[in-house]
Amino acid sequence: MTHSAVFPSPASATPEGGHLLDVRDLHVEFRTSEGVAKVINGVSYHLDPGETLAVLGESGSGKSVTAQAIMGILDTPPAVIRSGQILYQGRDLLTLSEEQRRQVRGKEIAMIFQDALSALNPTFPVGWQIGETLRQREGMSRGDARRRAIELMDLVKIPAAARRIGDYPHQFSGGMRQRVMIAMSLAMDPKVLIADEPTTALDVTVQAQIMDLLADLRRDLNMAMILITHDLGVVAGVADRIAVMYAGRIIEHADVRSLYKAPAHPYTKGLLESIPRMDVRGQELSTIKGLPPNLMRIPSGCPFHPRCPYVQQVCIDVVPHDLVLGDGRTSACHFAQEVRDDSSTR
Amino acid sequence: MFRYILRRLLQMVLAFFGTTLIVYALMFAGQGDPIQALAGERPVTAAQRAYLTEKYHLDATGVGGFFYRYFDYVKNLVQGDLGESLTGRSIGQILQQAWPVTVKLALIALAVAILFGVTAGVIAGIRRASIFDNSTLLLTLLVLGIPTIVLAPLAQYFLGVKLQLFPPTAGSNPTFYALLLPGIVLGSLSLATALRLTRTSVAENLRADYVRTAKSKGLLRRRIISVHVLRNSLIPVITFLGVELGNLMSGAIITEGVFNIPGVGFNLFRAIKTEDGPLVVGIVSVLVVVYLVSNLVVDVLYAVLDPRIRYE
Repeated sequence: MTHSAVFPSPASATPEGGHLLDVRDLHVEFRTSEGVAKVINGVSYHLDPGETLAVLGESGSGKSVTAQAIMGILDTPPAVIRSGQILYQGRDLLTLSEEQRRQVRGKEIAMIFQDALSALNPTFPVGWQIGETLRQREGMSRGDARRRAIELMDLVKIPAAARRIGDYPHQFSGGMRQRVMIAMSLAMDPKVLIADEPTTALDVTVQAQIMDLLADLRRDLNMAMILITHDLGVVAGVADRIAVMYAGRIIEHADVRSLYKAPAHPYTKGLLESIPRMDVRGQELSTIKGLPPNLMRIPSGCPFHPRCPYVQQVCIDVVPHDLVLGDGRTSACHFAQEVRDDSSTR
Repeated sequence: MFRYILRRLLQMVLAFFGTTLIVYALMFAGQGDPIQALAGERPVTAAQRAYLTEKYHLDATGVGGFFYRYFDYVKNLVQGDLGESLTGRSIGQILQQAWPVTVKLALIALAVAILFGVTAGVIAGIRRASIFDNSTLLLTLLVLGIPTIVLAPLAQYFLGVKLQLFPPTAGSNPTFYALLLPGIVLGSLSLATALRLTRTSVAENLRADYVRTAKSKGLLRRRIISVHVLRNSLIPVITFLGVELGNLMSGAIITEGVFNIPGVGFNLFRAIKTEDGPLVVGIVSVLVVVYLVSNLVVDVLYAVLDPRIRYE
């Protein structure tokens, strides 16, 4: 180790800019028999302690794959991480051994999933599943793990937790099942919680309850949260910042307030305009025409150009860089300035 | 659950009488003169004929007479009396001798299926598309493709006669060792099916969402497979093995025939060949009970293994 003076040892490495989690220029491919799908094409985002980042995008935009890459639960093969870094407290998770990554999962970074019915094991009681993490990872006794599981179920406001601890996942309603999922993810006090479309499979009224619960827990337990969703309505009340993904890239990144006020990417603008509004009646609902691109044949230049109302020749020829608009806002559009000005005057 | 079992038991009573009635009817419909069949080639005296007609109520003719004799038979059956075979031996005694042999054979076959089939299936499921997976696929297809009537004599000839690793035939009061080769032959079919079933089930469950959850909890891969995946994967396998045990217990006619094992299948085969009606009906009646009970046990076991299944 003659170069030990040159490279800082992992313990003394101070995270650049002090980010808790920092994804840098991540590239992920899926190699299948039909060809190579470029699922993630240079995603960068960061998360600071105690904040909520919303990652927004349609299905196939790469938002879940990025999260699974952070967790280290991508199925490899078919997934291959081509390049990039995932820094957690300054350590690049991608350079760690499988055993070291396992230690991070659940304890440092935990994740909850979309469909709690299939995400929970159908053949074990919920209390057993919550306590399993504690027994296996913390070496807790059965009794202690059981008591802690009841506490966690109380924490996520499951009524009569002590009585329901022996029930199986299918005996719970959709909302209660998602609460079980959340309780399980909180078992080891993670610093980062990744919520992958936590309300998509639920009724609208239950959606609001779960979002409120997540926001409360995030605040009370002082976690940072990545909220993955395709629902702009879910994001507004909860998130601090929003990263909008399209075709495996972050195309716009801004704090919630300014993004809602004046989106600076035609795709974000289209998304916001497609939300039904109570104050504008009798108007046809606006939609984004066309379909998301096939990830095996991503369009040249800006991947959004075939669907974009602002399209010019330059969009077809040149891949747009992330344009910095001030206030930490970026937009990957050649006409970001124009789009934002259009939006703010509407 | 209790109500369900009770209802199933009542259904079993109906099924039992239904099947015995059909077997009884089929067995005796084909016979011309039962008394002559009983005596074989020898002449029957008038006195003997009168005695037997009286004994078996053969004077009652037509459908009425048939049911008269059937109820006569069922009445004895309910009292535990299986009657006598045409050769004058007690059917109860024949079964008492044959059954332990068949049960031993069935258990050996089942153990072979579980030990090799389920284990290899789990490995093949985990290492999908590996050399191990592909070679087990080939081997199981081969085994499933060869009928027992070919496989049993081949095994007997090569392993028993040529290489002399096993005794080629069992004979009366067979030892465990003598039953080993027939057990493996009999179990090979269950083994192949259990292997394919386990492999598919494990491969499917490895892709399940709850495995992803278990992974994100930071559990060891060993634990994810041995607890989460296995528990779910083995539900269909255990169901299959339960039904299979019922099949194996009801006698392996070909295997017992080839290896000369005096089990249930062997006796049934001989009874059919010698047109011994009472013996056939007696054996089949007991087999029906074994089969019904094993099916009930499987259904109850299924509910115990999978909490999502609740019988009302």
